[in-house]
Amino acid sequence: MSAFIATFRRDLALMWGAAGGAVAPLGFFLGATVLVPLAMGPERALLQSAGPPLVWIAAALAVLVTLERLFQADLEDGSLDQMLLSSAPLEVLVLAKGAALWIAIGLPLAIAGAPAAIALQAPPERALLVAASLALGMAAFIGVGLVGAAVTAGVKRGGVVIALIVLPFFAPPIIFGSALASGQDVGAALLILAGCALGACALGPIAAAAALRVQSE
Amino acid sequence: MLTALANPARFMSYSAWAAPLCLFAALGLFAIGLPWALFLSPADYQQGETVRIMYLHVPAAWWSLGIYVFMGAASVIGLVWRHALADVAARAAAPIGATYAGICLATGSLWGAPTWGTWWEWDGRLTSMLVLFIVYLGYIALWNAVEEEEKAARLAAILCLAGLINIPIVHFSVDWWSTLHQPASILRAEGPSIHPSMLGPLFIMAGAFFLLFAALTMMNMRAAIYRRRIEAARLRGANA
Repeated sequence: MSAFIATFRRDLALMWGAAGGAVAPLGFFLGATVLVPLAMGPERALLQSAGPPLVWIAAALAVLVTLERLFQADLEDGSLDQMLLSSAPLEVLVLAKGAALWIAIGLPLAIAGAPAAIALQAPPERALLVAASLALGMAAFIGVGLVGAAVTAGVKRGGVVIALIVLPFFAPPIIFGSALASGQDVGAALLILAGCALGACALGPIAAAAALRVQSE
Repeated sequence: MLTALANPARFMSYSAWAAPLCLFAALGLFAIGLPWALFLSPADYQQGETVRIMYLHVPAAWWSLGIYVFMGAASVIGLVWRHALADVAARAAAPIGATYAGICLATGSLWGAPTWGTWWEWDGRLTSMLVLFIVYLGYIALWNAVEEEEKAARLAAILCLAGLINIPIVHFSVDWWSTLHQPASILRAEGPSIHPSMLGPLFIMAGAFFLLFAALTMMNMRAAIYRRRIEAARLRGANA
């Protein structure tokens, strides 16, 4: 447990300190959101139904761009070797890194989803639902993203490869998440989205740790 | 049997005749199946001649899934027993599986235009096949992106197994999603079962697609093993 907390605090400090925290992903999210009405036209009725799903897509892409450096820096500076030497299981440390990413970038993106949905003409009472569904969705995205980040950790400029690998895994959470954000079948969608998030956070670190052991050889 | 083929040298001598044999058997089945499917089999009473697309579409769909399962099995063998030949097999099969998935999507689209009245429908099956196609592309991209071949093999195997878990989940969630978003208005309910006169050519074509996959995979594997030998020889030459 202490190893989990130490890794969590280290990563949180690194993400907020050196990497500028959620500023860049939030900026990306904002930019992608602005493009939506520019592409679709400012018509209220059209945006109203398309808004929450498009917020979900923008947020998914925003978290995707943060994955590339997640393990790469640790591989380059030798931190990964230290993690392997530590007595704590690598899976737990990977989960700690994912949790730090969720706090540092996932939650800010989820919160930013609420004003973005309102700006895209979603009914204001739906904004809370958008943010809550995104908070769960971010956990699912990060859980599977860990795997994509781990298998490409040794690849220089692996951003496109990560996107290609991870996007098919985004399909289930985005289906249920944007149904939830649009207010369709709220109960069932919420349960399945939570299931996606739990499954991704349980299995993702195991696969990611297996890949990181390969990377460090 | 697997352990007997474990040795790359034995695989090379075995596949030297098995690969062309499979290829000729596949060509033979195509020579029987294609005329049967395209000219001799009956046209559908509802869809007319367009039903003949099925004889390409359905085998491609079956084997694009089958090949992924094959790659998953090869990945397990590669990861657990560190079997070099299994890694080579998984890598060799991937482009063929991707091509089959592509054939399935393209013929499905061509088939959809006259029968459903649309080139593309975001239906559960179409969408999950498209996702499978992207999974194949990601797998191939990972193999190409990682420079060290041994690392690439094991990372790709991990990814392949993760995809093996993901694909059924995608399939079920897409089913839920497509029934939520659209009732089956465009997809006409087909007959309860397929007429026996169509089963013959369908199974012949499925056999042909399988044998073609087996032949091409073995040929790809042989090429990969030759490439590895050339590299080894070059290294020896550089050291000498």
